[in-house]
Amino acid sequence: MTALSIIAILAFTACGGADESSDRGDSTANQSTSGLTDFEMEHGIGPVNEVVELGELDTSLAEEGKAIFNAKCTACHKPTERYIGPAVGEVLERRSATYTMNMIMNPDEMTKKHPEGRKMMQEYMSPMPYQNVTIEEARAIVEYFRTIEMPEKEN
Amino acid sequence: MKPIDNKKRRTWWAVPFIAIIGLTLYGCPSQQNLAGSSDAAQKVYVAPGEHDEFYGMFSGGYSGQMTVYGLPSGRHLYTIPVFSQAPVSGYGYSEETKPMLQTTHGFIPWDDAHHPEMSQTDGVPDGRWIFINANNTPRVARIDFANFQTAEIIEIPNAAGNHASPFVTTNTEYISAATRFSIPMDEETLENQDVSISSYAENFKGTLSFIKVGEEGEMNIDFQILVPGFNYDLSHAGKGPSADWSFFTSYNTEEAHTLLERNASRNDKDFIAAVNWRKAAELVANGEGREIPAPHYRNYMDHNEQRAKSELVETVTVIDPIENPGIIYYLPTPKSPHGVDVDPSGRYIIGGGKLSSVLPVHSFEKMIEAIENEDFEGEVDGIPVLNYDSVIHAEVENAGIGTLHTEFDGKGYAYTTAFISSEVVKWSLETFEVVDRIDTYYSPGHLMIPGGDSMQPEGKYLVALNKITKDRYLPTGPELFHSAQLIDISGDKMELLLDFPTDGEPHYAQGIAADIVKERQIRFYQLEENNHPAATKTEADTRVERDGNNVHVYMTTIRSHFAPDNIEGIKVGDKVYFHVTNLEQDWDVPHGFAMLGARTAELLIMPGETRTLVWEPQKPGVYPFYCTDFCSALHQEMQGYARVSPAGSNVPISYGTGN
Repeated sequence: MTALSIIAILAFTACGGADESSDRGDSTANQSTSGLTDFEMEHGIGPVNEVVELGELDTSLAEEGKAIFNAKCTACHKPTERYIGPAVGEVLERRSATYTMNMIMNPDEMTKKHPEGRKMMQEYMSPMPYQNVTIEEARAIVEYFRTIEMPEKEN
Repeated sequence: MKPIDNKKRRTWWAVPFIAIIGLTLYGCPSQQNLAGSSDAAQKVYVAPGEHDEFYGMFSGGYSGQMTVYGLPSGRHLYTIPVFSQAPVSGYGYSEETKPMLQTTHGFIPWDDAHHPEMSQTDGVPDGRWIFINANNTPRVARIDFANFQTAEIIEIPNAAGNHASPFVTTNTEYISAATRFSIPMDEETLENQDVSISSYAENFKGTLSFIKVGEEGEMNIDFQILVPGFNYDLSHAGKGPSADWSFFTSYNTEEAHTLLERNASRNDKDFIAAVNWRKAAELVANGEGREIPAPHYRNYMDHNEQRAKSELVETVTVIDPIENPGIIYYLPTPKSPHGVDVDPSGRYIIGGGKLSSVLPVHSFEKMIEAIENEDFEGEVDGIPVLNYDSVIHAEVENAGIGTLHTEFDGKGYAYTTAFISSEVVKWSLETFEVVDRIDTYYSPGHLMIPGGDSMQPEGKYLVALNKITKDRYLPTGPELFHSAQLIDISGDKMELLLDFPTDGEPHYAQGIAADIVKERQIRFYQLEENNHPAATKTEADTRVERDGNNVHVYMTTIRSHFAPDNIEGIKVGDKVYFHVTNLEQDWDVPHGFAMLGARTAELLIMPGETRTLVWEPQKPGVYPFYCTDFCSALHQEMQGYARVSPAGSNVPISYGTGN
């Protein structure tokens, strides 16, 4: 539940910058030009502030993730083709698991403050909505993404 | 009724009415010291992005709505449809909300909503619910502060003109309802009778209803007290020492049935009815009173299924004061009183004697003493009339002309509106003398101090709710919004800070510290908890199904598309149900749904909510539907088409999105 409340706070402190970057990660970390830490540049802004290691594929966790994805994400995402948002089967080729989880859980801030998130917003124009996904659910969704096989690209 | 001994009549109650007519409705706006000054402006300025200190909940009167204003800014924040259809949201139009307006007279999409009244705990507004009455077709509604939506409406049988309502006891045990317009009632069944209007005195009766409020706010009529056919006007429950009692003003003790303007203004005194509601409730719980058929609807929002349901309640329990002495007494009160207001200590009962030259203040302590000593000056239909001189505590002199309503600041002062002399008068609860007065523009009815009728008023601001606007704003033709005026009451002298226009005809208002309400707010509905039978929670489940001539479209919305957005196989003669679920799970992202040619309003669907619109297409063709509420940069692209084929054609049902 604490994770949820953190998300809630992050999701709803839309303006005013009251709690920005005060206790985000390691204060001695190098700040990039955009005001984000190196960790945030690589792994996104949000409640997941430690690198998530992907071990052996956990098929039952992936099954769980697929069910959550079908319930909360399929209005805008399809596994292997672009729809309202990008095909999720290729997300892990571009992003770390940690970044992906932060994007799922904190889309509003990610598309406003993270340069990569901003780029996606400009390309797709529809904001990725906050869907009230817990940290455990986001982890399961990432596991499901690992199981999706993208079709061969025709060049 | 039996005549009352009038030997103690005070002749100065009879106001030379003609003489004051000339004063009505014409004020000359004098330059207020403060109005328009930068000092006043600073006091009401709420900077961009900042929040107001208080919620002001105003009745809409004949709009049937409740309106929400921020104080001190006077900004109109929101409108809550209650006894009214609202095209803006589909309230009263959508299949989920239509049952809210169900009555035994059928579907009634309008009413005259007068008195917002907040739920209380220990005599203090608690920010759970706010109730409001319907005057015309007697009903009481409950609005949930968590989402600012109407959660329940209960019909009041055996009553007409439900005006003295819905006033709350100190722990929201009961809320009141009463008969302003008495009606002829059958002695046994209380059924409205087909009799000559001129038989008023003989046949017409009133009822005082006590509606029990449950843990979740659910309302049930616990009992009705049968009373003589006067006009019961306003009410307040006691508090502190008087907490077990409720007080109701009455006028027309003359029992006139025509030209009441003249014929109901003859008696120098009318009555405040003092009801020992706790005793009445105990009697009823112990089997006193009688259960009679009295069909009435209770409509409530089933939060699990996200839709309103109507249940018909078959009976009520009626209790007769003649058979159960000790539950009601009359306090003689000059003259045709409107408001009845109990001070924060619960010791004084103030009648707003609108035709009286003094403001009568009764003492609860003296009232109890008079009851114990059987100090009666008469009786009406078995109800003892207490001796005026034994119960009156003070008569406030020079309290203005046409006094209507009093609230309190919690610092020892009372504030009363005077309609005819167009002012608010401040007086002391110790000396019962007027200490200050301020003009209002024009003709105030009620006033409001946040918590002003509770045990803990927040005596910082007062709002005068004026009935006449005339020249106060830019003119808008013959009709103008009513003018409310914010007055600073934090110091010795009242200071006018702000005029602001209010929607409808606000009769009455309640204020509450914003923090109490803010922390209870729902930002969106959890999709997981949406158990609407026609909810569609994922795009994969969207579908169109035919059932005879009914076509059900199970549709979802998310920024920024509908699924399905192409539908075929509908025929002329079909009834098409669009069951639209908003899949968003974020604050302030409703989607709209509008269908060309639908004989209804739009749907405005909150995140996580399901709403249903019915469309009966009349002619073949392809008809667009679209989202009305700007939702994203691609909002204009949020549209779809429904194809309608002639009756009897064999175009199969088909549907899809993006294929």
